Amino acid sequence: MKSRLDEQTVALRAAREFTDGSVVNLGYGMPGLCANLIPEGGTVFFQSENGVLGYGNLATDREKDYELINASDQPVTRSAGMCFFDSAASFDMIRGGHIDIVVLGAYQVSEKGDLANWGRPDRPATGMGGGMDLAVGAGKVIVTMLHTTKKGEPRIVSNCTFPLTARQCVSLIVTDLAVIEVTKEGLVLTEIASGWNVPEVQALTEAKLVPATDLKEIEL
Amino acid sequence: MIINKIFSDCDKAVADIYDGATIMIGGFGSFGGLPINLIAALANQGARNLTVIANMGGVGFELSHRIKPEGYQDSGILFENGQVTKFIGSVPALGGMPPTSPLEKLHNEGKVEIEIVPQGTLAERIRCGAGGLGGFYTPVGIGTVVEKGKDKKVIGGKEYILELPLYADFALIKAHHADTLGNLVYRGTARSFNPVMATAAKTTIAEVDKLVEPGQLDPETIVTPHVYVDRIVEVPQ
Repeated sequence: MKSRLDEQTVALRAAREFTDGSVVNLGYGMPGLCANLIPEGGTVFFQSENGVLGYGNLATDREKDYELINASDQPVTRSAGMCFFDSAASFDMIRGGHIDIVVLGAYQVSEKGDLANWGRPDRPATGMGGGMDLAVGAGKVIVTMLHTTKKGEPRIVSNCTFPLTARQCVSLIVTDLAVIEVTKEGLVLTEIASGWNVPEVQALTEAKLVPATDLKEIEL
Repeated sequence: MIINKIFSDCDKAVADIYDGATIMIGGFGSFGGLPINLIAALANQGARNLTVIANMGGVGFELSHRIKPEGYQDSGILFENGQVTKFIGSVPALGGMPPTSPLEKLHNEGKVEIEIVPQGTLAERIRCGAGGLGGFYTPVGIGTVVEKGKDKKVIGGKEYILELPLYADFALIKAHHADTLGNLVYRGTARSFNPVMATAAKTTIAEVDKLVEPGQLDPETIVTPHVYVDRIVEVPQ
């Protein structure tokens, strides 16, 4: 079996998209790892739906404060310049276009950039949380996810079969096998995991991939 | 005459919550910011046929150990007791947790109705209820199950959905400090849904870490003005 990137590495690759000074919201699961993966010397302001802008790293057990958590229930640390606000103000910030980048997990992404990341057919009581607001309001939506399901089925599909979060909202997909840009011309494969080739990645992708002319190995 | 809003304990503060009432429960979902003592008191009090409006449905005591090692009581207990017939919120159950929360189990058995609302839409619907507005148009939910059955309108070339206000009979909220008039300040991310819910109920009941005299809170830092707060219970942390 060929090796795939681990979750830390996928998150690290996504975090490379954060420009200095950007406001970034991190979704549930793998995206949350990005909080600890900011390049040294760079500044990123992490926003969380529950009403905080500018939190620091994920907290260690010793630092844990239950009144300082991100929206994924992870305790985080204080950081100079951080501020608190309530949920209504937080979503004004989100819908109003003040979040530069959101990193979200996904069950499926379609070739048009439709996102399905909240509803599971087997779990009708799960909800979307702030995912829909973020997918609609953020400047750029990056998805981090495993390229296939546990059963090996593609998650990058022609049309999503899981309930949608928003249509045509995803800009970039980072998986454990590839980096894919969503463009008007389709899904452009720009980076590929070490040891994998285009036909192998395409075989695990339902939607058609267009290899970039400067396709390269994922490097960190 | 200044009304005395101070209650000696949570049981007395929730004593008149009646069957069929609509209850907002503040906080975000997990421990920080949840009015856990008011929730426990409502569970003991036993009012039934309630509609609960909250961001999350609660994980229940069993799963709460995953969030806080000693565990804590959240709104899960109200579902477990069979006190709730309808839930309105953004995360009835967490996909990342086992499917064993009281709300998820009861929903799967057809015993509790769920209305799933995007989180920002939930906050805004509550703000509309608080501010006497009839609703608002949002782009959130277009092209998804959320738009089902709702009025749509194109404004400036963009599609929007009409969302309607939410209002409650009682709001149970958690704040850090209160003065005896009912002015409230919060701490950290425990603020979340508490301030907006405090403004959208006929009767707002606040559980606070510490009660102080008027003048002891800096007026520049007060988040919830006292007109919104009807009852205060000090539960020292």
